[in-house]
Amino acid sequence: MNMIKTLLAVVAAAFAFYPAQSQLSVDVTDETSADLVIAVPSLATPQRAPTQAGSTDVLGRQIAEVIVTDLRNSGLFRPLGPGAVRSISHAEVTAPAFDYWPGTGAQALVQGFVQANPDGRLTIGCYLYDVALRQELTRQGFVLTPNEWRRAAHKCADAIYARLTGESPFFDSRIAYIAETGPKDRRVKRLAIMDSDGANHRFLTNGQSVVLTPRFSPDYKQIVYLSYIGQRPRIYIYDVGTGRQRVVTESANQTWAPRFSPDGRYILYSMSVGGNTDIYRISVNGGQPQRLTTSPGIDVGGSYSPDGSRIVFESDRSGSQQLYVMNADGSNQRRISFGGGRYATPEWSPRGDLIAFTKIAGNFRIGVMSPDGSNERLLTNSWQDEAPTWAPNGRVIQFFRTTQGRGGRSSIWQVDLTGRNLRRIPTPLDGSDPTWGPLLP
Amino acid sequence: MNAYRMRIALTAAALALAAGCAKKAPDQLPPPPETPSTGDTGQIEGAVVPGSRADFLQSVPSDRVFFDTDMYNIDDEDRRILDAQAEWLQRYPNVRFTIEGHADERGTREYNLALGDRRANAAKNYLQSRGIDPSRMTVISWGKERPEALGSDESAWAQNRRAVTVIPQ
Repeated sequence: MNMIKTLLAVVAAAFAFYPAQSQLSVDVTDETSADLVIAVPSLATPQRAPTQAGSTDVLGRQIAEVIVTDLRNSGLFRPLGPGAVRSISHAEVTAPAFDYWPGTGAQALVQGFVQANPDGRLTIGCYLYDVALRQELTRQGFVLTPNEWRRAAHKCADAIYARLTGESPFFDSRIAYIAETGPKDRRVKRLAIMDSDGANHRFLTNGQSVVLTPRFSPDYKQIVYLSYIGQRPRIYIYDVGTGRQRVVTESANQTWAPRFSPDGRYILYSMSVGGNTDIYRISVNGGQPQRLTTSPGIDVGGSYSPDGSRIVFESDRSGSQQLYVMNADGSNQRRISFGGGRYATPEWSPRGDLIAFTKIAGNFRIGVMSPDGSNERLLTNSWQDEAPTWAPNGRVIQFFRTTQGRGGRSSIWQVDLTGRNLRRIPTPLDGSDPTWGPLLP
Repeated sequence: MNAYRMRIALTAAALALAAGCAKKAPDQLPPPPETPSTGDTGQIEGAVVPGSRADFLQSVPSDRVFFDTDMYNIDDEDRRILDAQAEWLQRYPNVRFTIEGHADERGTREYNLALGDRRANAAKNYLQSRGIDPSRMTVISWGKERPEALGSDESAWAQNRRAVTVIPQ
């Protein structure tokens, strides 16, 4: 009975917003809600069979563990993984032992199966149950090659997250970032990509040239970034499939801060002419750039609204870095940051409702505000947190944190909109300039 | 090398005096610019090749000018240094060179790229006003990517907010 009361209390806030949903839910913005306890036993297999990626029973445990890690890292769940709960039989997958699970403390239950098909592929199913109500809440099924098993695990975790929070999913997505090694005055920087949980890590450049500020194209096929190849900082598009890259715009002027438009057809970037930096737009195929800002000063770091109709950028035209919003054609420029201190690196949420930024007032901190500048909130506080990037659901942010001093190092961190769920993202080397791509199809 | 170090020391003392302690000169000396001990340094058995980097470094009070936080103006101190650079550059009109702009670590990456560019352009514009053909000068900004001093303190940051005239070896 106590458990049900707790659950109802947890649910209360979210319930108002999602009345059509089950009573079992968590609120990603409620700062007081307790974590929801969710049991995730190993996925069962109808018959143990070898596959390219290992036998089906081993995969069943690995998939459960990836689901557990995803859910735990969101900060909203307390998962009981394969090591903490008993295994289930294949027959139980669609007929949970509802008399047993309440005794484990679990409020929700995830069960599933891994089946090897004659064509060499896998069928993976997962089911989410409300333990107290003895009810199925959602299910997902996938047919994929054995080597894609992590995708199924992320998709399953996404279905659970979406069903229980009412928010959009985000686990099945990728990160590009800059891997760093070496001393502070000669940092070696390499473009790298990884899954949102750090798996499938891959270096894309070899570190011979300094590379900075990558951004994924909306379809993940390309990465636009700044490279100092030949000691000339220029904007390149890297083709992830072929490993080839090309210069976006040939100019004697310096260019930086490239961003894809939401439809992937344009690159927004900044160019300096004689020390005056303005924002331009150019087709991904090159051609004549269109100038969007003309004010004296540094206009840099543009980011499109998800519908592509507006751009948020930073400018020091007032005397210090502040945030401005303009229409996509450069018209109607107006300042939105007035909270004191400097504001930099604005990133429009893929959901459209918020703009993330770096606030410089003593420490460098990550914050969010509404696109009209209201509702400013700071989410982190350390010596130097910089350059937020949004998860596909617009509810989680990654950024990089630099430590003070001669041995200053940088690492990638993640925080949710409550500011409570802050954690470091493990990377093989130091990391900076993370960029989070959209949800994979 | 010794002569060069001596010159730097004298220059620093002069700068400190001229600055009247309220100016922006770094509290600590920047280390000498990189001059690799091996390879072609423009020096042949102690002799300095006229028009080389080594010649430039021996002939001017400094290869760099410094800036206050977020600033890019050329002040009296900078003018004195750039005037001497311009004089040397006039003597070797075929030398093409690069002006590197840098920022300290207490700025965001992309803004610092633009700020370093602004500083390099400020030095370039001044040299141009002293008769140096702009087609000889290439500007490159490194933002905060290549600090000279590694500490996280005012003295280190003051050394890193700089525009450096880089003559080919």
